[in-house]
Amino acid sequence: MKATDIAEQDYFHKVVDCQWACPAHTPVPEYIRLIAAGRYADAYMINWKSNVFPGVLGRTCDRPCEPACRRGRVEEQPVAICRLKRVAADYKGDISDRLPGADVAKNGKRVACVGAGPASLTVARDLLPLGYEVVVYDGDARAGGMIRSQIPKFRLPESVIDEEVGYIADMGITPRYGEKIDSLKGLLAEDYDAIFVGSGAPRGRDLDIPGRQEAAANIHIGIDWLSSVAFGHIDKIGKRVIVLGGGNTAMDCCRSSRRLGGDEVKVVVRSGFDEMKASPWEKDDAMNEDIPILNFLVPKAFLHENGNLTGMSFDKVEAVYDEKGRRNLVPTGEPEVVIPCDDVLVAVGQENAFPWIERDAGLEFDRWNMPVVNEVTMQSTNPRVFFGGDAAFGPKNIIWAVAHGHAAAISIDRFCRGEDVTERPPHQITISSQKMGIHEWSYDNDISNDGRFKVPHADKAIALNNIKVEVELGFDDRLAYKEAERCLNCDIQTVFTPKLCIECDACVDICPMDCITFTENGEEADLRMRLMAPALNLTQDLYIADGLKTARIMAKDEDVCLHCGLCAERCPTGAWDMQKFLVDMAKAGASCNSH
Amino acid sequence: MTFITKPKLHHPKLPTNHLGFTRRDYEGAVSTLCAGCGHDSISAAIIQACFELAIEPHRIAKLSGIGCSSKTPTYFLGNSHGFNSVHGRMPSVLTGANMANRDLIYLGVSGDGDSASIGLGQFAHSIRRGVNMVYIVENNGVYGLTKGQFSATSDRGSKSKRGVPNNDEAIDLVSMALQLGATYVGRSFSGDKAQLVPLIKGALLHQGAAFIDCVSPCVAFNNHLGSTKSFDYVREHNDAVNRLDIIPERSEIVTDYEPGQTQTVTQHDGSMIRLHKLTPEYDPQDRVGAMNFLQQRYALGEIVTGLLYLDPEPRDLHAYLNTSATPFNELGEAELCPGPDALEKFNASLR
Ligand SMILES: Cc1cc2nc3c(=O)[nH]c(=O)nc-3n(C[C@H](O)[C@H](O)[C@H](O)COP(=O)(O)OP(=O)(O)OC[C@H]3O[C@@H](n4cnc5c(N)ncnc54)[C@H](O)[C@@H]3O)c2cc1C
Ligand SMILES: Cc1ncc(C[n+]2csc(CCOP(=O)(O)OP(=O)(O)O)c2C)c(N)n1
Ligand code: SF4
Ligand code: SF4
Ligand code: SF4
Ligand SMILES: [Mg+2]
Repeated sequence: MKATDIAEQDYFHKVVDCQWACPAHTPVPEYIRLIAAGRYADAYMINWKSNVFPGVLGRTCDRPCEPACRRGRVEEQPVAICRLKRVAADYKGDISDRLPGADVAKNGKRVACVGAGPASLTVARDLLPLGYEVVVYDGDARAGGMIRSQIPKFRLPESVIDEEVGYIADMGITPRYGEKIDSLKGLLAEDYDAIFVGSGAPRGRDLDIPGRQEAAANIHIGIDWLSSVAFGHIDKIGKRVIVLGGGNTAMDCCRSSRRLGGDEVKVVVRSGFDEMKASPWEKDDAMNEDIPILNFLVPKAFLHENGNLTGMSFDKVEAVYDEKGRRNLVPTGEPEVVIPCDDVLVAVGQENAFPWIERDAGLEFDRWNMPVVNEVTMQSTNPRVFFGGDAAFGPKNIIWAVAHGHAAAISIDRFCRGEDVTERPPHQITISSQKMGIHEWSYDNDISNDGRFKVPHADKAIALNNIKVEVELGFDDRLAYKEAERCLNCDIQTVFTPKLCIECDACVDICPMDCITFTENGEEADLRMRLMAPALNLTQDLYIADGLKTARIMAKDEDVCLHCGLCAERCPTGAWDMQKFLVDMAKAGASCNSH
Repeated sequence: MTFITKPKLHHPKLPTNHLGFTRRDYEGAVSTLCAGCGHDSISAAIIQACFELAIEPHRIAKLSGIGCSSKTPTYFLGNSHGFNSVHGRMPSVLTGANMANRDLIYLGVSGDGDSASIGLGQFAHSIRRGVNMVYIVENNGVYGLTKGQFSATSDRGSKSKRGVPNNDEAIDLVSMALQLGATYVGRSFSGDKAQLVPLIKGALLHQGAAFIDCVSPCVAFNNHLGSTKSFDYVREHNDAVNRLDIIPERSEIVTDYEPGQTQTVTQHDGSMIRLHKLTPEYDPQDRVGAMNFLQQRYALGEIVTGLLYLDPEPRDLHAYLNTSATPFNELGEAELCPGPDALEKFNASLR
């Protein structure tokens, strides 16, 4: 194998599994250390810079970082990264003096954002400090998008939305709320230098089976129902409720139903329990609220009498895999299953809809009727129009909306300055030794043996009684400290200098995880099997260094390194050093040329 | 010195032996030796050897004297018996313990100062008595613990860190062990675990006096240019006569060496030592030949390593003394103190 180029900007970034997996590349271990140090406001600001909505995300993020977290590979559970983010938000105190403020010299450019969801708000936050005038339209009366209209208040209190949406509003957004855009052409005709479409994926899929029309009064589309609940138009539901669908919307529907009068709420999914789209913790939360999840049942008909819904019938199916390994749901032949109910919530998927974008507005649409959007620049085929969030590539989540917003803001800024949007500014990387003394580091390298701590919950009876009572209470400072200590500090990199190495094996002998091997070089596949422990996780790199006296190579499997620094402590020559790798992701306004 | 304890977490794919232990279960406390000390690598090799042989930790007694090397038993086999004796007296304590309980595996760990200076007589007598043990000298050519004075194994002409040469002739413990009748003699290097681990395994299985001289650079006081016990010098002058595999009793033999280059020796307990010859003319069952070979190569400035001598049918001190087959701690009071009548009878037999 060739020696690893550790100067390459992604190499060490990939080692920080959580940060690499985060769409916005939040510097997770850096903020976790600040939480452990009780520096909540500093931890908050690191988050705010990267992901714009730390309080919201600390409660609701899809947390792609957690399945990626190294801790989950060295013991049972990853670090509770998401809930630590909430700790920063909960205990930060007043941070208003750290925010950019509205007092910025205007640059004369005007940008319109369609929709006031997280994607548009991110664009606004990134562009306002550069002097842009950002006009944000939304059909709803208040900003927040689905954060406000969909996510139930027992998961995300309104005050948190108000606070974090407010920070951006205070930076000088020009709001045009309560104004639905019904023509892109019309908007293009106004004197905007660029248009950002952050209108989300607002249409819930329906289920067209017998009885749908007849029993329509008690059949509701999940996301429409949730927004009616969120805005207070609906405050009760029947005693017996069936929720169709296995995604997070279904979980919000069933849990909301429990709070609005549903005593017997059941979730019914077509496929298997394990294949459900909902995050595992959402399923747990639903089941903890006495909501059974019935699987392998395909809806057959809505049953009704005299125009009133009485129940639903389902066919029982099983998963059969064909020779290509494809799964088919095949009827078992058992009698149909009938479940009586008073209301049904249909949460079987969400779609984009752009009725307001004329097909001759100079924008290409693909065969799925989605706008053609560049995945890096977020630019559509009309150079003046950019997309982001759920509107760009279909429904995702808040953190992706934020990431798209950052990318689009870079593009819009470059576009407005007449620069090539495909050329992207580089990220700012700093790497610095953490050595403080012979065996002293500026981070806590002692590895905690604790398992993941559970976030305390509100009393169930109280929570189920009021849809606005937040279920999760968040970590207190003591639990937060202990959970933060579980983080392995994956950004503190093991950096090897071959010319200092005397090949004494001290690092090999001390390493608790058998990461380090000195051996003859070879092809990667062969080398991976010859190490102190086989390197079977192909998503994790081998760090290769040559230039040793014996002509062997040093091969370090990054996979399960604890970043404990023991290799560096036991190295007599300082050939190993622990260096903090910080990457500041490029934001709008950053320059492309480094000079 | 490292202040944190070694994390309990280990590699998820770390193998277990048939006792269900991982290699990590054979570790001890975190080393307090200088970072990079060769002795730590020998500790790691001992851990690996005991793991691979699936020895129950409570069946080992580790004994040592004084010195950095003699401190190391704290850093391996944390669940075994241990005795840290006074300087140079490990062999006597080990001999006594062995006499009292022949059922344990005795692992003596010493330094070149501990064994070749103050303990030279003790070393010599434990070997010539054929005590069933593994005796490892972690040989760095200096008194590491007392800050680097030349030891008796330091080669004539070898230079101290300040550049002062050693004028005294070196004691070669391997030659002495051969001459004194050790039945398993090897030399290795802390920086070559591929050779050292099987050498230790063979010694642990050997039922007689097994001696291993392991060159182990002292990074603090004897790893400079001009030293003959530095990492660089040993790597350049290492003349390995063989490599070995240890095949415990009843295991299947898997050969991956060219025929003709290998030699299999079956030890008394049924285990086999498979030698891969690097120097074809070297015969590790020829004691006199081995002594001659060592002297010749030493004169050329080479450090001969490998399994240097093996007597597959060793006898040990218990056999010479015709002692009880049952260890003392399993004998009852009646057997240990048979009473005045028995004493009278015994005395009468001597009259
Ligand atoms: C029930 C439910 C629960 C969810 N829970 C989570 C969760 O816990 N965590 C998570 O990360 N994600 C969750 N999501 C997904 C998340 O809400 C979205 O991915 C995210 O809000 C998308 O952001 P966005 O900025 O693209 O658009 P949106 O948040 O959808 O905002 C779009 C805005 O555009 C406005 N708009 C649309 N068309 C027009 C128009 N023509 N003119 C003017 N305004 C218009 C809409 O009124 C809306 O306010 C959930 C989604 C649903 C449905
Ligand atoms: C009776 C006695 N004499 C002298 C000493 C001082 N002393 C301590 S360690 C040591 C030498 C140890 O050398 P070695 O066995 O080579 O161990 P190393 O530290 O090199 O591993 C000496 C002389 C002592 N502790 N006890
Ligand atoms: S252990 Fe910490 S730094 Fe490493 S992936 Fe998990 S959260 Fe990130
Ligand atoms: S920091 Fe060094 S010693 Fe610790 S696990 Fe990683 S490679 Fe091993
Ligand atoms: S002084 Fe020498 S022998 Fe002692 S611990 Fe340090 S390096 Fe090892
Ligand atoms: Mg010594």
